[in-house]
Amino acid sequence: MRDWLSQQRQALQLVLARMWKARLATLMMCGVMGVTLCLPGILYVIVDNLNRLAGDVQNEPKISLFLKLDTTPETLKELEKRLSANPAVKSYRFVSKDSAWQELRQNAGLGDVTGGLEQNPLPDAYFVQSKEAEPAAVDGLLRQMQQWPGVEHALVDANWVKRLYALLALGNKAILVLSGLLGFALLAIIGNTIRLQILTQREEIEVSKLIGATDRFIRRPFLYAGALYGLGGGLTAWLMLASVIWLFNLSVAELAELYASSFRLGMPDMPAALAIIGGAVGLGWLGAYWAVNRSLSQLEIT
Amino acid sequence: MTCARLTPQNLPRLSFHEILMIRFDQVGKRYPGSNEALRDISFEIEQGELVFVTGHSGAGKSTLLKLIAAIERPTSGTVLIGNQNVSKLRPAAVPYLRRKFGMVFQDHKLLYDRNAFDNVALPLYINGISGNEAGKRIRAALDKVGLLGKEKAMPISLSGGEQQRLAIARAVVSRPSILIADEPTGNLDANYAAEIIRLFYAFHQVGVTVIIATHDAGDISAQEGRKLKLAQGELQMQSELQT
Ligand SMILES: Nc1ncnc2c1ncn2[C@@H]1O[C@H](COP(=O)(O)OP(=O)(O)OP(=O)(O)O)[C@@H](O)[C@H]1O
Ligand SMILES: [Mg+2]
Repeated sequence: MRDWLSQQRQALQLVLARMWKARLATLMMCGVMGVTLCLPGILYVIVDNLNRLAGDVQNEPKISLFLKLDTTPETLKELEKRLSANPAVKSYRFVSKDSAWQELRQNAGLGDVTGGLEQNPLPDAYFVQSKEAEPAAVDGLLRQMQQWPGVEHALVDANWVKRLYALLALGNKAILVLSGLLGFALLAIIGNTIRLQILTQREEIEVSKLIGATDRFIRRPFLYAGALYGLGGGLTAWLMLASVIWLFNLSVAELAELYASSFRLGMPDMPAALAIIGGAVGLGWLGAYWAVNRSLSQLEIT
Repeated sequence: MTCARLTPQNLPRLSFHEILMIRFDQVGKRYPGSNEALRDISFEIEQGELVFVTGHSGAGKSTLLKLIAAIERPTSGTVLIGNQNVSKLRPAAVPYLRRKFGMVFQDHKLLYDRNAFDNVALPLYINGISGNEAGKRIRAALDKVGLLGKEKAMPISLSGGEQQRLAIARAVVSRPSILIADEPTGNLDANYAAEIIRLFYAFHQVGVTVIIATHDAGDISAQEGRKLKLAQGELQMQSELQT
């Protein structure tokens, strides 16, 4: 155990010394990784904030229930009962066909149109407010009400909310895809960097193997190098993200004040930050592992 | 001269040696795409022996040493180190077998990107020894070959003989049971060569098996120690085991 620890420390010291020797290259590497990781990070912040914004907006969608023309008072009573008993319903309002007709006739420009009609074509209607804004919940309520007796047609007037949510879902998917692609790119970048380092240390690796070094011994410093690049890249990405948000908030603050809103872009929360940094470390380690194994078999050192 | 310092006091303390007998049984070695480098070689080397492997250039001396040190594997026959059959060793076990040997390569294989101290440190790091303990051992090994004052020197700034001695220091620093040297006196004048041979005798005297390959047989014919003479890849002659 003590041996193991001292071996880890030794490898780490070696790598840190090497990185210090090649400070500029190390910084560049961290910069490249930072920028690459920053992109999905920014997208995440945008989607995350839009999500919160969407939740803030008071947008209980209105469902309109248009009843059949031959609805009887018994059916109306039944509907009334169901509406008041349904926990997903926040409030509702009944508009009879007569009052709707009145309203329509009083409406100035439409006088001519309605004048030509001999009888009232309008149905009775309920206007229902849902408690939930989630499109899925609203949809469920809508479908349920569609089945109710006497209901001819149920309509939801909050299609824009639906679109917003769809857009956010799309954004989440885009983050995943982008992260996957850039993660792959990072793997390749780190793998290639490590591969070049292995080539420059080829002699050392060969001699080490000849005098009894295990593959694990040879791999160790490179794995540390990969993980450290990941750590540096992850931290750089987080710093970049934080500065982007800070800059953005500087200008958004004025705008928000005009609208008497206190909206600010929020920093990525702790789990998100840890995910970025942890992911980068993992990618670095993996890229290095892959590169070392490939090189070891390619160098064909006995 | 460095050998003046070679008193039993500053020799490595080799209190315990594994009994590692080396045995070749009808060993052949063919490199891919070339003729057989070695044919039907059989011999034994016991723990603590001093053996010279001689023969003309291309006779197969280096190949023989590499087979002993588990750097190459035989294409026929068996090589036994202790009780281990090198051909049947798991790849993961090979490094641990190699650590039992201290090897001075014909081309030194020094690392030119680091100083003498760090060159000698490599086998210790591989064995997981670092810190003060490593420092002490490295200086002791450098002292033994007379390079203590040059621990900070880069190999490229050392003379041919100094580089050779540095390679020897690296081979002995981890106190191996078997010391293998491929032409350790290759490009040295007679004085230095004698000095280095004396160094190997000193290791032999504290119980280390020492195997030295050399082409100038005339020079060592007078020396004590057993001789294995190779010619065209065959064992032409082996002198009696001296007891
Ligand atoms: N890696 C290799 N690949 C192919 N052939 C090799 C290899 N190493 C050695 N040989 C061949 O094996 C034969 C013996 O080589 P070896 O190096 O063992 O000779 P040697 O006795 O050490 O010679 P020298 O005194 O010049 O060092 C030579 O004919 C050589 O060409
Ligand atoms: Mg040779």
